[in-house]
Amino acid sequence: MYEQIASNKRKTVLLIVGAIVLLGAVGYALGLWAGSGVYGLVGAVALAIVLSLGSFFGGDRLVLASTRAREVTPQEQARLHNIVEGLSIAAGIPKPRVYVIPEQAPNAFATGRNPEHSSVAVTEGLLATMNRVELEGVIGHELSHVVDRDILVGTIVATLVGAAVLISEFFLRSWWWGGFRGRRGGDSGGGGAEAIVFAIGLVLLVLAPIIGQIIRFAVSRQREFLADAQGALLTRYPPGLASALRKIGAASGIPMHSANNATAHLWLNQPSRIQGEGTGPLEKLFNTHPPIEERIRRLEEM
Amino acid sequence: MPTWLWIVVVLVALLLLGGVWIYNRLVKLRARVNNGWSQIDVQLRRRYDLIPNLVTTVQGYATHERELFEHVTEARSQAIEANAVPDQAQAENQITRGVRQLFAVAENYPDLKANQNFLALQEELTGTESKIAFARQFYNDQVALLNTLIGSFPSNVVAKAFGFGPREFFDIEDPVREPSQVEFPG
Repeated sequence: MYEQIASNKRKTVLLIVGAIVLLGAVGYALGLWAGSGVYGLVGAVALAIVLSLGSFFGGDRLVLASTRAREVTPQEQARLHNIVEGLSIAAGIPKPRVYVIPEQAPNAFATGRNPEHSSVAVTEGLLATMNRVELEGVIGHELSHVVDRDILVGTIVATLVGAAVLISEFFLRSWWWGGFRGRRGGDSGGGGAEAIVFAIGLVLLVLAPIIGQIIRFAVSRQREFLADAQGALLTRYPPGLASALRKIGAASGIPMHSANNATAHLWLNQPSRIQGEGTGPLEKLFNTHPPIEERIRRLEEM
Repeated sequence: MPTWLWIVVVLVALLLLGGVWIYNRLVKLRARVNNGWSQIDVQLRRRYDLIPNLVTTVQGYATHERELFEHVTEARSQAIEANAVPDQAQAENQITRGVRQLFAVAENYPDLKANQNFLALQEELTGTESKIAFARQFYNDQVALLNTLIGSFPSNVVAKAFGFGPREFFDIEDPVREPSQVEFPG
């Protein structure tokens, strides 16, 4: 388990580099259009650095605020605090701060930049529906994300990929509607070489959202399985989390008001804004989490 | 320098690097084992503090269970006074069983079960009970890792040179963890 964390740290670096390269490529492609690829590249990398640093130091607060999470004291939530503290001891990390989210859908997430600066947040619905063993399963899963430093990658990648996709979409659309025509008119005598550069730029911009999505998948799907397994290793009781997931699956009809695309991959299970969202065949392709039945099956096999 | 000398220099450098890596890992694991041990200690102490409270609270309602109260109180003082690990483990088991019996007895007294103080104590003790189990689990995991490293080649050479010895596992009875546990919301 401790060996896995080391390899996870390396992957973390790779994924963040990947996200920065993506943002840089988008910047370069845009620069080509505007006349200088280098300026675009420098601008995009500068933006990536600012965004990464910003989410490194303030991402957790942003995420917690966006879900209206409120920090609770051990007196208010004795059971929750006891479970978080116990499992932190089992995982060998400092006890994270504990938050409660005013939502009725049972769900949870962890955020922060490292085990020393981390927070665990659960919804009111989760506290109301889970017994002690199930709650331990859920918290074990979330603390595994903390131990593996998934929380940092999750937060930073969300910001970087989000920026790359946003920029490329913005410019693709303005190009489509003719916003760049004047500029391109000036270059029209350039010949074959420039046409190829344009083509590459166009392909990059079109591909950016897809590559971004792939990076996000790499961040989230496999890590959910890993966190399930590690969480079960912490509680030494896989049926606890399995039973919790079953309850969460049964309650998937309850919408979550503060859910959005940027934070979807952080949650224990993908939140739905409206009833029945994310169940269509096309929507499944873009789910951030593996199907809950598959996760339960794997836990039951342990 | 001739080629063979270069090869020797590189080999020695690699060996040294490997040795440093193993040494650092040993130090890290030893720190984790010590940390795990002090966590167990903290939680056991917490339980010692909670037991007199529990006994007093239950006594107010369940006057006929004097023997059980004495048994738990005595196990507590035995655990505190114990010097050897096996003696302490024995006494801790007695406490665990006694506390469980106390909670079982409480089931027969509806007034007691409605007492806010008792409910809070029950949550605290259940929480502490599981923290003891988790602390022990962490400690034993780390001891296993340390002992494996100390026992296998080539890390055993480094361990021996710097005086790292294997550590003892902490074996006390595992509190029963069943999904059918009695639940008190909140």
